[in-house]
Parts: sequence; C-alpha cells; structure tokens
Amino acid sequence: MSNNMAYFDNAATTKISDNVLAAMMPYLTENYGNPSSIYRLGTESWRAVAEARAKVATAINCQPNEIFFTGSGSEANNWAIKGCMENEPQSAVITSAFEHHAVLHVVKKRDNITYLPVYDDGFVRLADFTRALENNPDTALVTIMHANNEIGTIQPIAEIGTICRERGVLFHTDAVQSVGNVHIDVQAMNVDMLSLTGHKFHAMKGVGALYVRKAVQRRLGSFIRGGAQESGKRAGTENVAGIVGLGVAIEEAVSDMERKNAKLLELRQRILNEVAHIPKARLNGAIESRLPNNLNFSFEGIEGEALLLQLDMSGICASSGSACTSGSLDPSHVLLALGLPHEIAHGSLRLTMSKYTTDEEVDLLLTKLPIIVAKLRAMSPMWEG
Amino acid sequence: MIYTDEVMKHFAEPQNVGELDDANAVGEVGNAKCGDIMKIFLRVEDNVIQDVRFKTFGCGAAIATSSVATQMIKGKTLEEALALSNKTVVQKLGGLPPAKLHCSVLAEQAVKAAVADYYTRQGIDPALFVNMNECDEHHCCGEGGNCG
Repeated sequence: MSNNMAYFDNAATTKISDNVLAAMMPYLTENYGNPSSIYRLGTESWRAVAEARAKVATAINCQPNEIFFTGSGSEANNWAIKGCMENEPQSAVITSAFEHHAVLHVVKKRDNITYLPVYDDGFVRLADFTRALENNPDTALVTIMHANNEIGTIQPIAEIGTICRERGVLFHTDAVQSVGNVHIDVQAMNVDMLSLTGHKFHAMKGVGALYVRKAVQRRLGSFIRGGAQESGKRAGTENVAGIVGLGVAIEEAVSDMERKNAKLLELRQRILNEVAHIPKARLNGAIESRLPNNLNFSFEGIEGEALLLQLDMSGICASSGSACTSGSLDPSHVLLALGLPHEIAHGSLRLTMSKYTTDEEVDLLLTKLPIIVAKLRAMSPMWEG
Repeated sequence: MIYTDEVMKHFAEPQNVGELDDANAVGEVGNAKCGDIMKIFLRVEDNVIQDVRFKTFGCGAAIATSSVATQMIKGKTLEEALALSNKTVVQKLGGLPPAKLHCSVLAEQAVKAAVADYYTRQGIDPALFVNMNECDEHHCCGEGGNCG
C-alpha cells in the first residue's frame, strides 16, 4: 500500500495482482471476440476461457467440466441451493447459524431448515450434524461454509462430506473466503458443490465459480436460461477477461501459498502480541484451524463503526461486525451465533491481510489501534477505566 | 453511507466530552443491545445550564449528535434546552443518513432525560415540563426506523 495507508480488509476484497491485470488486458482490448463465435477472434476467447477453467480445476483438484463460471460467489451460493432444491421443494436442508447471507437468505425460504449451532470457538460440531441428519432423514442438501467470513474458522468439511457421501446427501460448501488462502481439494473434502469468487484472491470483482461434481450435475438445474454457455446451465456471454484473470489469480495463489502464509502467520502473531496488551480485548473464534490472514477482536465499551471511522482517519481500512456498518438493526449474526452479547458484538474489528500486507502497514495499525481504543473508551459510558 | 463534513468534524473532535464532578442532573438513554447509549451531565444554576458534558457509546453519528446537542444547550435555560428538537440537531450537522436519524432522536431524548432528572432532584414532577416521547423499549427507536 502507499505510505500512511494500511489495508486490512482483504476478506471484503483484494487488490488485483499485476499478472492478473496483464493477462486480462488483451481480452479487454484487441481480443474482444465472443467465445461462441466461429471465427478466430471468437475461438481465441473460447480457448482462453477453457484454459482458465482448467486452471481453476487444477487448483481445487477436479476436472474442467466440473467448473461453472458465475458472476459472483453469491451467485454460486444461490445457484447451488436453488438449483438442486427445485425438484425437492419439501425436503430438509441443514446449514449453520453463521453462514454468509448469500446462503442464509436463500435457505430461509424453505420450510424445513436445521441450523447447526456454532460454539464460541467458531466451529460447528459433528455430533450436532449427525443428530440433525438422523432427525431429518429426508435431508436433500447440506450447506456448511468452509471458512467463516468474519472469524475465519475452518469447519470440519471433510468429515461432514464423508458422512454426506455415505448417505447420498448433496453437500455444498461456501469456500469464498478459503479458496486462494488455504489449499482446497474437493476430492479430499468429499464435497459435491463448492462456491468461490476471484476478488478474494487478487482477481477482479464480478467473476466467481461453482464446482459441481460430475456425478451430481444432473441434479443441478440451470440457473440462467438462454444460450449454451457453461454447458447450458448458466447462459450469458462469458466475462472473458474476468474469467482469464480468475484463472491466473488462482494459479498464482496456489503456487505462492506456503511462502505467503508463513509471512501472514508472522504478521498475525505480531498483531496478536500487541493486542494482548489492550485491556478487555478478546479474540473472537479460536486461533487454531483459522484462515492465516484473519483476526477478529472485540473491544469492550466501544462500538464498531466509531472504531472504523477513527482507524480510517489514521489511514487504516478495516471492517466490523457492527450493525452500524451494514445498516441493519442487529450486530453481526456471526458473533451473535458464537454467543457474544450484543454490546460486545457491536464492538468488533475484523482485520484481514493478503500477500501485499507489509510490516509497515502492521506497524501503522499497532501504533494507532491502542490509542484509538483508549480514546473511544474515554468517551464511553460503558467503560469504567 | 457517507457522513457530512460537519458530522466528521464533531466525530473527530467531539466537544464537551467527559463527566461533570459537580453535575446536578444526569440523563441516560439508549441501550447497549441497539449499540447506542448516551449519557448527559448538567450543572444547572438559576434555571440556566452552566456546564454540560456527555459520554456516548455508539457510532459516528451518535458521537457527533451528542457533541452538537451539548454545544447547543450550553448556556441556555432549561426551557430552551427542552425545545431542542432532533431536527435542529440534524440541520446543525448538515444532515444525517436516514439510518442514522435515530441518533439525533437519542440526543434530543438524552437532553430531556437530563433536564427531567434536574426537576426530579428539585422535587418537581418532570412530567409537568418534559415530554419524553418514550420509544418502544423493544426496538431501537427513532425516525430512521432502525439502529443503523
């Protein structure tokens, strides 16, 4: 980042990598052909899309014909849930209480939903899951996120997947926050469907993908009807440049992962060590089995939006589970699902890093954060300092 | 959602922050569940607000409305303070996003609650002077409709 500016909101979106932009540029300029066209300008675009599909498939260990490009992670989630439930309107769905709204707001339209509880460590429990399955023998779909978007805790997806596979229940996972940040292997995880989006790992906004295992593809209806794009399941002229960028970005992310994550863990530990000196600060969710770029704190006595505005005035970009940042009444449903009281959930701070996060950015954060927390507490009637 | 420069000015450098050791009236409104609590301290002499301080737990708009409301009632008579409306607070701040209008209502109520406390301490029934427009405890109050 530029001087005196620190970006700690990579779970919201990331900077496009130089290589990604360079790979995209020809498809935004001279190679503008439609992949469905017969002439070379078109077939060149078709080839580029196919190449990107192969890269995404390699990155998550599946076949290219199991990757369907979408316009976003939210679209992938909507499709996975709506697409396979069309023919089974009465059957049950099992999900968790702290899914992204792109899952929760889709499943809530159904009659029979079980929300697995989330514990204060930020994980669902297999025992709760197997009980939910036993109580709902007509379960048609299980959708549990891979890593939570606010606290980064990684759920026991492979274990849940194994149970689903044994019972023949469709299993979808929202891996929007995970792909590009940790290794994802759809075979090892026994998932039938998986959502991802490019802008969380340095591709552009507006392009995502849904993995659908070959054996279950006939159970997934088409999402947008029209042309034959995406095997007839998702019509609409392809976002060629975006898809090319997604392919390059996922390849870069996977090849660079060990080195990048070692650095992120180092930076994260620095932040943890410093925040430990701030009284009545708590880390939300366990530090184990967590995305290496994620931290989420609550600071007693202060409200999240005020904290974010103060950080912004110091050149620091971050986010919060505060209701005030979302325009809704309640604070983060994720933190409430963890059992945090409202007043603590209102005062949360999510810090998410990327391969571009520097020591200098962490320096700036650690210089400003304790001062800002103290300043806001000094004006809070809830803080008896 | 974008705040006006005036809101950001009051948020960045809020006026009258803190407590008053010699306060003879205190009003507190809001609740932690909604993410807003405003507490106003007054020192009233001869029916005039000689000094005022506030403490607020809340968003940028809550802090800014507290700051501007305390500025507007300092040196004023109790009647003048009671006449302070949330609309005047919003005007003074150059506007608030719709979801944040409730913060101005909270500021108006905090002033009224403090003045009511003064009357109570003087042995006067505050209901004679103060119309609190109590909001529904179960909902985060205000014209904005939600807690923002």
